[in-house]
Amino acid sequence: MIVRIGSFRSRHDRAVVLIAFWLLLALLGPLCSSYDLGAIGSQPVFSGPSPAHLLGTDYLGRDTLARLLNGIRHTVLLCFASTVLSCSIGTFLGIAAVTARPWVEALTGRLADGFLSIPSLLFALLVIAVFGTSTTALIVTMGVIYTPGAYRTSRALAQRIARLDFVTVARARGESTTYIILQEILPNMAGPMITDVGLRFIYSVLLLSNLSFLGIGVQPPEVDLGSMVRENMLGMAYGSPAMIVPVIVIAVLTVGINLALDSSGGRR
Amino acid sequence: MAATIQVENLEIVGRRGKGAELPIVRDVSFSVQRGEMLALIGESGSGKTTVALSLLGHIRKGCRIAGGKIRVAGYDVTALTPHECRSIRGRIISYVAQNAGSAFNPALSIMRQVVEPALVHRILPRRDLEARAVSLFRALALPDPETIGERYPGELSGGQLQRLMAAMALMTDPEVVVFDEPTTALDVTTQIEVLAAFKAVFAERGITGVYVTHDLSVVAQIADHAVVLKDGAIKESGTVSKILFQPEDPYSQALLTAAEPRSRQADLARQPEQPSLLDVRNLVVGYGQPTSAGLPEKVIVNHVNFSVPKGSMLGVIGESGCGKSTLARAISGLQPWAAGELLLNGTPLAADVRERTPEQRRHLQLVAQNADSVLNPSKPIGQALERVVRFYGGLRGGAATRRVNELLDMVRLSPTLASRLPSELSGGQKQRINFARALAADPQIVLCDEITAALDTVVAAAILDLMKELQRDLGLAFIFITHDLHALQSICDRVAVLYAGQAVEVGPAVALGQGVHHPYTRLLHDSVPLMEPGWLEATQTRRLAEATPAPISPLSLDPGLCCFLARCPDRVSGLCDRVPPPVRSVPEGPRVLCHLPAFDRPEFST
Amino acid sequence: MNRHLVLLIGRRFLAAATSLVFVVVTVFAITNVLPGDATDALLGQGATPQAVAAMRHNLGLDRSVFVRFWFWLWGILHAEFGNSLLNGLSVADAIGPRLHNSLLLAGASAAVSVPVSLFLGVTSAIWKDTVYDRVVSILTLGMVSVPEFVIATIAVYVFAVRLHLLPALADVGSVHSLRQFLSAFFMPVASLALVTLAQMVRMTRAAMADTLSAPYIEMALLKGVGPIRLILVHAIPNAIGPIVNAVALSLSSLLGGVVVIEVVFTYPGISGLMVDAVSSRDVPTVQACALVFCVTYLFLTTFADIVTILSLPRGRKT
Ligand SMILES: Nc1ncnc2c1ncn2[C@@H]1O[C@H](COP(=O)(O)OP(=O)(O)O)[C@@H](O)[C@H]1O
Ligand code: SF4
Ligand SMILES: [Mg+2]
Repeated sequence: MIVRIGSFRSRHDRAVVLIAFWLLLALLGPLCSSYDLGAIGSQPVFSGPSPAHLLGTDYLGRDTLARLLNGIRHTVLLCFASTVLSCSIGTFLGIAAVTARPWVEALTGRLADGFLSIPSLLFALLVIAVFGTSTTALIVTMGVIYTPGAYRTSRALAQRIARLDFVTVARARGESTTYIILQEILPNMAGPMITDVGLRFIYSVLLLSNLSFLGIGVQPPEVDLGSMVRENMLGMAYGSPAMIVPVIVIAVLTVGINLALDSSGGRR
Repeated sequence: MAATIQVENLEIVGRRGKGAELPIVRDVSFSVQRGEMLALIGESGSGKTTVALSLLGHIRKGCRIAGGKIRVAGYDVTALTPHECRSIRGRIISYVAQNAGSAFNPALSIMRQVVEPALVHRILPRRDLEARAVSLFRALALPDPETIGERYPGELSGGQLQRLMAAMALMTDPEVVVFDEPTTALDVTTQIEVLAAFKAVFAERGITGVYVTHDLSVVAQIADHAVVLKDGAIKESGTVSKILFQPEDPYSQALLTAAEPRSRQADLARQPEQPSLLDVRNLVVGYGQPTSAGLPEKVIVNHVNFSVPKGSMLGVIGESGCGKSTLARAISGLQPWAAGELLLNGTPLAADVRERTPEQRRHLQLVAQNADSVLNPSKPIGQALERVVRFYGGLRGGAATRRVNELLDMVRLSPTLASRLPSELSGGQKQRINFARALAADPQIVLCDEITAALDTVVAAAILDLMKELQRDLGLAFIFITHDLHALQSICDRVAVLYAGQAVEVGPAVALGQGVHHPYTRLLHDSVPLMEPGWLEATQTRRLAEATPAPISPLSLDPGLCCFLARCPDRVSGLCDRVPPPVRSVPEGPRVLCHLPAFDRPEFST
Repeated sequence: MNRHLVLLIGRRFLAAATSLVFVVVTVFAITNVLPGDATDALLGQGATPQAVAAMRHNLGLDRSVFVRFWFWLWGILHAEFGNSLLNGLSVADAIGPRLHNSLLLAGASAAVSVPVSLFLGVTSAIWKDTVYDRVVSILTLGMVSVPEFVIATIAVYVFAVRLHLLPALADVGSVHSLRQFLSAFFMPVASLALVTLAQMVRMTRAAMADTLSAPYIEMALLKGVGPIRLILVHAIPNAIGPIVNAVALSLSSLLGGVVVIEVVFTYPGISGLMVDAVSSRDVPTVQACALVFCVTYLFLTTFADIVTILSLPRGRKT
């Protein structure tokens, strides 16, 4: 098992590089475009690619590329934030469940089971119905939704590592719980946890895109990849890039990370 | 007459993941005549199983036969189509797998699986096959031969499954049977029963076969010829007596030296009586809620008593599941105990390691079982050692590095290893580092749990030598937990025999072969195969000569009675099944937990 | 042995009951943390305090949380989910026919996707590492990696926009003939089946491949057992539990898919209702729809676990 953690490192590296690339694009991309986002151009709507508008225009005649770069920003940053949230809380609770007193595990385990018995999209709908679609609400909602999954993964990992002999020996030596967590358990969890982070990032991209597509995610005038598809649905009839390109970008984003992780696991 | 099995210049290559193809088996040739048994001897990874499987035309995923010829009972196995291959498997040549526990399908009853090879080859109708299976069960000395077939694999023990697997292999009266380490996973007392059952069937049916093993004493009992494999190539081949008694190849010689029981005690002058370092008194460890008697629901270690004098080595022996590791965990303060006490240098130790003083923790070090998981895979070993040096000794910087080098030298490793990660070390090296880490604390007593179990014999022998050196040079005391009696006898001063959580005997290790002992100790001692051909038969004859009382079901017994009652050949009816056994001491000899009036026994009075 | 089994299943039911309580409490809790919202939504921001107070009284919002929870629970137990804040109509009445439509859609898609994915999953595990397996793997990986609406939109684009084969919008109300039925249902069912298919194939393949790598399978090969018997007698009985589990888990992703598909095709099901209710913050409707979904989901997962327990081999039940 342990040997595997080492030998699969390259796979994690690839996923990390990919996510870093998307983050960079999200942060810098919008700066590269000279178009004003909100400005409704004099251009015809759903025009094809031209030198002025490399990806044509959208349903209001705005520059698709500029909108797209902004959409990527929203999708990637929102999902990244919620993934960081869910994975850090999940990992913390997972390790706590293994190292703290038994009732902590009993309680967190029950809570996770409970949350997991609500389908993720449903949970999102429920929360959004009450708290609305502000950016914070979206991030927190998605963070909460994927915390139980991250908790389970990290708990299983920590449990496996905590049973290994080197942890036993450290405990027999009288090392503190903090030392054992930081020095013995965490470093060996890092690799597999990166896979989990990658997966959860993909899940949040899928969820957010679905929500926005349904009109209850990112709201105009802001835009993300899902809402961009929604806005430009009519462009489908003309094969407009405004509708097709965001679909392709979502696919490249998620399929790419998934391929890097080459996970065979299911969606949760 | 042509040989039944003929392998010529066999070459098998394989690849790991996407790497290049590497040779797994190189230029292997051997032949087996009708009615003979050939032993394939080698350490783990030497290609034994690959060769054995290739006889059935089965090559594992990622591997392929790169050259050579295999002929079995007139079939050219390397040239067969998959369909033809299937038609000889199970009919002409059959296979007994290493771990019967996982080689039986958990979802099907035993009988369905045992008759299957004969059924798929349409040898006889099912009804006749079941009758034949029952007679095989009987021949292999299985309990309840009539009904055992209705049970499922999960309900039977490892030894029973291994014999059932042999029955399955013999169902079709095949010309050749391949045995792949069939007794390696078993306890010695079970192994001897399985071996005896195999041997009886071989004698009756005149079986031609290949027997894969790493245990030379088993080879002596079972085989006529032997082949020694290393890294996929043959080192030496010949008759068993030649390989075992006049080996020519240096590697076979090394194997033999490592396997021979030998005492490492000779150089230790008889020491004056040392004061006791560690005392275990009436220790009870278990799992589950405490019952009304104040004991845990499931008692694993049951009122165990022993002491370890300064600088001495105590061996703890018992079969798997008897509570050895639990005992070690309790002594290390990782598992709370329900009753009893533990004294280190006369002061009581707290049950929880966190409540022991740093000094106490330093004096008592644990060397854990599994070489693969005993070192943190993400830490270079130098750092791992340094941590301990700093934790106990407070050394830092240059002083710490010096101490680490000193420790590496103590376990005979080069200081250059300090920057390596554990995954870059071999099993034996890891186990040495494991020792070095315990030594880094400068302990008085080291607890070793099955540290040689996963190692190859040659490597394990070197570790035993190291332990003895450390005992002599540093005056260390050891508790050496093992299931290998030879290893124990070769290094330990005293021995505690554990059965079902009770220390049924505690005494000097040298006396194990002679004098009066607890019946379980005797059984254990007599079950360890010796490297003498004919040992198995002699032992079986001796056992049969002793009138063994009818077995009784262990379930009906009162837990207060002798724990060995159900299996004991010497039990005194009316006494053992009524009254819990007393503790008896033999002068100058062991302390046993048994009713047998030791002084009445014939070998003692004569 | 049998008592043990009953105990295991009993424990599973108990867990399901706990989850049910959790779900009910969570749904209520989330929708009640901001009690002001209901009145805001109904009366708008500029309402007079008196009007708000009267409204709150009418809705029972001035009573304690526990009392409200009790009334709400009492209502659910009598299939009484309250009235929509939007139009004041009974939520139960609105849900009824739509639930029927949704179940029809989900059932039809499952009837298509389950057999197809069992076939694909099992066969690609058997022919692991062949070209066939690679193609199935890559395609399904691609499909699980894109959001459901993408698959649905592509289906609309290809069949309705490009090929003009089918109506893009489901008009279930005007179904009078088998032909109409087929054309109204085909698109949503096909898209939904596609959405769930990929994941089911992947999980089935994983479960089957796991079984096929077990030592007893190699042993059966060494006994001369042929490929068909190997799969049917040796592999399937051991793989059945994990496979059912995989299927149930994927069917629950069908619940997520249903929402998207119904919206894309403006299919008159329960999810369309729910999404509209979410946009307009119609809490009673959202509550009711969420409960319906959660209970269905719980039912599926519990069912799968019980099948898994029943398929455990003898002597292995822990
Ligand atoms: N956490 C546990 N709960 C209940 N029983 C256990 C637990 N851990 C070990 N055991 C049981 O304790 C017995 C002794 O185990 P162990 O000390 O590991 O034996 P050994 O080291 O001699 O092989 C076994 O029967 C095992 O099943
Ligand atoms: S007490 Fe009796 S049954 Fe137990 S070991 Fe001694 S003789 Fe055998
Ligand atoms: Mg052990």
